[in-house]
Amino acid sequence: MTSQFPPAGQAEQGESRREAVVRLSGVHRHFGDTPAIDGVSLTVHKGEILGLIGRSGAGKSTLIRCLNGLERPDRGSIKIEGREITGLSEEQLQPLRRRIGMIFQHFNLLSAKTVEENVALPLKIEGWAMEKRLARAAELLDLVGLSGKAKSYPAALSGGQKQRVGIARALAAGPALLLSDEATSALDPETTAAILELLKDINAKLGLTILLITHEMEVIRSIADRVAVIDAGRIVEEGPVWSVFANPRTAITQSLLSGIRPHLPQHVAARLVSEPVGEVVLGVDLSGPDAGVLLAGLSGALAGGFRLIHGGVEHIQQQSVARFFLGIPPASDGPARAVAYLERQGAKVEVLGHVPGHD
Amino acid sequence: MSPVMIELFIRSFFETVVMTVASGAISLVAGLPLGLALVATAKGGIAENLWINRFLGAIVNGFRSVPFIILLVALIPVTRFIVGTSIGMWAAIVPLSIAATPYYARMAEVSLREVDRGLIEAVRAMGGNRWTIVREVLVPEALPSLVAGFTVTLITLIGASAMAGAIGAGGLGDLAIRYGYQRFETTVMVAVVAVLIVLVCAIQWAGDRLVLKLDHKH
Repeated sequence: MTSQFPPAGQAEQGESRREAVVRLSGVHRHFGDTPAIDGVSLTVHKGEILGLIGRSGAGKSTLIRCLNGLERPDRGSIKIEGREITGLSEEQLQPLRRRIGMIFQHFNLLSAKTVEENVALPLKIEGWAMEKRLARAAELLDLVGLSGKAKSYPAALSGGQKQRVGIARALAAGPALLLSDEATSALDPETTAAILELLKDINAKLGLTILLITHEMEVIRSIADRVAVIDAGRIVEEGPVWSVFANPRTAITQSLLSGIRPHLPQHVAARLVSEPVGEVVLGVDLSGPDAGVLLAGLSGALAGGFRLIHGGVEHIQQQSVARFFLGIPPASDGPARAVAYLERQGAKVEVLGHVPGHD
Repeated sequence: MSPVMIELFIRSFFETVVMTVASGAISLVAGLPLGLALVATAKGGIAENLWINRFLGAIVNGFRSVPFIILLVALIPVTRFIVGTSIGMWAAIVPLSIAATPYYARMAEVSLREVDRGLIEAVRAMGGNRWTIVREVLVPEALPSLVAGFTVTLITLIGASAMAGAIGAGGLGDLAIRYGYQRFETTVMVAVVAVLIVLVCAIQWAGDRLVLKLDHKH
């Protein structure tokens, strides 16, 4: 890959990490009486991958379209690379959009153009000569691993290959920002993983800033540096991915996470009672370097032992995030000592109930 | 058929072909931009303007609701102004074109409206202007369907050109009426119908082949 790509700045980020590519403040957008976006403030820093997650209808599609002027906000400020774009006319927006690449859920490739013509289209719009733009397209197809498909039509490609073409096209004009609109939602899990890997790779290689919207936490977990949760047009929670996973504060985040975080098995939950009879069931959350050794420590501190019902440690952004469900025998002060020990280690402990018959 | 009859037959055939091709070409050149204008000015279009859209729609509907035989007569002053005469093959091309243009404009409108809005959004997102959208998205993506619509328009024009015999335009339809019907020359009638069937089939076949060649969606 050559000089035409923006320089990668990943290694020596330091202070430049804080440089904002996108800065939204107080953005509102209403459709009739319903607010689609209800006062959103959000910053995307240079070189980061920010994941914006929400249920369908939460306003994420509208929000992402405000960033390149496909939607106009009613109120608020949107700055792209420091430049306010809310007052710009359609003609003034056009050169700005060339600084922002976009990929789509349904790929949106032109069926009447070959793969290389699709990739070269943003350059044709910029007025590049045919030879130069096809050379650049070839370079990009190489980057996304599709060199052999330049002359094919999109209809002959698989979904994953189509999205690779979409990514190559979005990168053609050397954008400062890549917007990803549910780019993996139409793909199977294996292809999704490959596409996310490619995006991560491009982020690392080119230092490209990426804002992706999705309704799948799995996507956030595997690629994002930071996550913002949007619900009913508002950002309800925001932070590094590992910390939001370790400690989701809002009900909507918990519900979005419920599919991929360990939770108490159904048959155990069904037998839970509140009366203090039988085994005590604890839910334990801990993140940080101690998460991996928590259980070993607990078994040392607890003479009566315990039962690991469900859960484990996972690693998000090199951080250990643990979530366990433990059964503690009711004998003497076992449960109280377990809670005290776990809390001393910094874990969040919740007494979920008792399982009669397990003692 | 006598040699004179055969000569007349061949001349009529070429008159039909010339009328169809000429008015077809004019309706394509005028109808496609009109169809584009209808789609672009419609609600949610790339140049939304509902007043212009309604105005264009009303004109198209107006011309399309007048029966062709009436249009043929009503347009005589216009024809005389453009061609210099209101009789003959060249004179018939004027009303044929004027009738076929709104017809093809509607066909083109339907084809262009079918283009996936996501594609328009993608090209807007990469900084394309309206002209880029027309040139790179709307027309190329709708092309197979635009060709299919044009095929239908040409075949409709063959039928309509027969009526133009009413203003002495000649052509196969005129021949069939004057010799086949009014003089009971069944051979002429059968021959005309047979040639028309072959002509229509040939146009349809060529159109279908072209559509298949242009369509990369499958």
